[in-house]
Amino acid sequence: MSHSMLLVFEVTILVLAIFLGFEVISKVPTLLHTPLMSGTNAIHGIVVAGAMIVLASGHKGPFIWIIGFLAVVLGSANVVGGFVVTDRMLEMFKKREPPKRDEQ
Amino acid sequence: MSTRVADALYLIPIISFILALRFLSNPAHARRGNQIGAAGMLVAIAVTWIKAGGGSWWALVLAMAIGGGFGAVAARKVRMTAMPQMVALFNGVGGGAAALIALAELHRILPPPGRPTYDVSTAIALSGLIGAISFAGSMVAFAKLQELIGGRPITYPGQNVGNIVLLVGLVVFAIALAAGVQDQWLLWVVVGGGALFGVLFVLPIGGADMPVVISLLNAFTGLAVAIGGFELQNNVLIVAGMLVGASGTLLTLLMGRAMNRSIGNLLFGAFGQVTAEAAAIAAGTDGGTVRSASAEDVAVMLAYAHKVVFVPGYGLAVAQAQHDVRQLADLLEEKGVEVSYAIHPVAGRMPGHMNVLLAEANVPYPQLKEMDEANPEFSRTDVAVVVGANDVVNPDARANRGSPIYGMPILNVDDAQAVVVLKRSMNPGFAGIENPLFYNPKTVMLFGDAKESITKLVADVKSL
Repeated sequence: MSHSMLLVFEVTILVLAIFLGFEVISKVPTLLHTPLMSGTNAIHGIVVAGAMIVLASGHKGPFIWIIGFLAVVLGSANVVGGFVVTDRMLEMFKKREPPKRDEQ
Repeated sequence: MSTRVADALYLIPIISFILALRFLSNPAHARRGNQIGAAGMLVAIAVTWIKAGGGSWWALVLAMAIGGGFGAVAARKVRMTAMPQMVALFNGVGGGAAALIALAELHRILPPPGRPTYDVSTAIALSGLIGAISFAGSMVAFAKLQELIGGRPITYPGQNVGNIVLLVGLVVFAIALAAGVQDQWLLWVVVGGGALFGVLFVLPIGGADMPVVISLLNAFTGLAVAIGGFELQNNVLIVAGMLVGASGTLLTLLMGRAMNRSIGNLLFGAFGQVTAEAAAIAAGTDGGTVRSASAEDVAVMLAYAHKVVFVPGYGLAVAQAQHDVRQLADLLEEKGVEVSYAIHPVAGRMPGHMNVLLAEANVPYPQLKEMDEANPEFSRTDVAVVVGANDVVNPDARANRGSPIYGMPILNVDDAQAVVVLKRSMNPGFAGIENPLFYNPKTVMLFGDAKESITKLVADVKSL
């Protein structure tokens, strides 16, 4: 595929993702806005994939290696932290607690 | 693995991210959605590893162990009340990673005769700029929420003009970079300047406006990541980043609408500067008297009510009183009182903050009422209990044109038969705005730390 065709293709994907994002997110109730924030936060942790590609080309020079390394550190903190925090939050949303738990 | 195979496999994470967001539309299976998202992320990492890994695998393992270890520990240890700053922190590091990728890519391409194509140089300039703004802005938001620096708006003369000049300058540099003036120092200026702008732009924004800032920064990071996908010709970055960009943008708009303020006003208005006019009008409330009540009195009011509505605010988070509130609610329900919670969309420091806190305390979510649902119910409510909320129940937002929050939709707690306000002292709330609700003859104040007050109420209701 030529470079310009690839670019057009990528822009198409970008635009579709914008509409898809609006569509999907508008169905999320306010109740879950915090998990939504932290869940999307975890999803942009995909940046770690980009960071990995950079670090993998680290043999091209120490500068790229160092920057790539830092980027992978930041990216993986983003991914792991984002998903764990979201899971902790969503775990708490329950419909009905088992009746009578007054031991405190 | 060839690029083509990798791109095909990248469809798996893309689909799983969309499903993760889709599952969030219902609390009953939201958690499974998040797990699907995490599984998709693992696939994305594995595919990238196989495609690119090779040489420096030990560096990848080390970097991932450091970052992932930090993320896991921080995310597990954090208290639910500190969630907003945690979200800000993880958001910031993502933006930082996007900016770093831009720096590395330009460095990799540039040595002569290398020349990035215009789309790649544009992407590098943009993701460097936006990523840096998001990183630094999120760090300031984190510092503010963690109270490392004051939560009040920090303002100085010429602030907006200075910020705008800086931003315009950065955009000019970015355009130059995109258009072909390809020197690495130029990108460093853009990234460094972006970081400076991020700091200056979040500093003047007060704690009460944090829900808006955090969702905006979330959108920025998503955008920076999506643009990063153009540098690396990586579809999964483009789709995932843009989903987040769209979601953050939508949330930002929703928050703005909930406060009835334009985004421009939120970002550049330095909320909390009380206008002289408003102060003068508010001074008129001095004539009213504030009635304070003892915990025993309030306990009697609550125990003999038919319907009680709790209105939580940031003060609930600060006092960490969510468990005690639920305990009190349970007691009241045992006595046959109908209990619910009225949640203002911007109560707290991030979108949906109160819902998470109350969920932590095992409050069943059907009891959590959104503003539109809660407001008509106040007229048949016996007691509205305001726990650490202020601006979101301030009747000035309806009536006082001079008030800085005029026009913001509020919870109409003054429609209830009686209002109990739990408050530390008579100091005006975060924004320094007087609240006539406190002088309303229907209102009684229960002064003291919210957690202690509620504990006392629990004891008193029990002894009735």
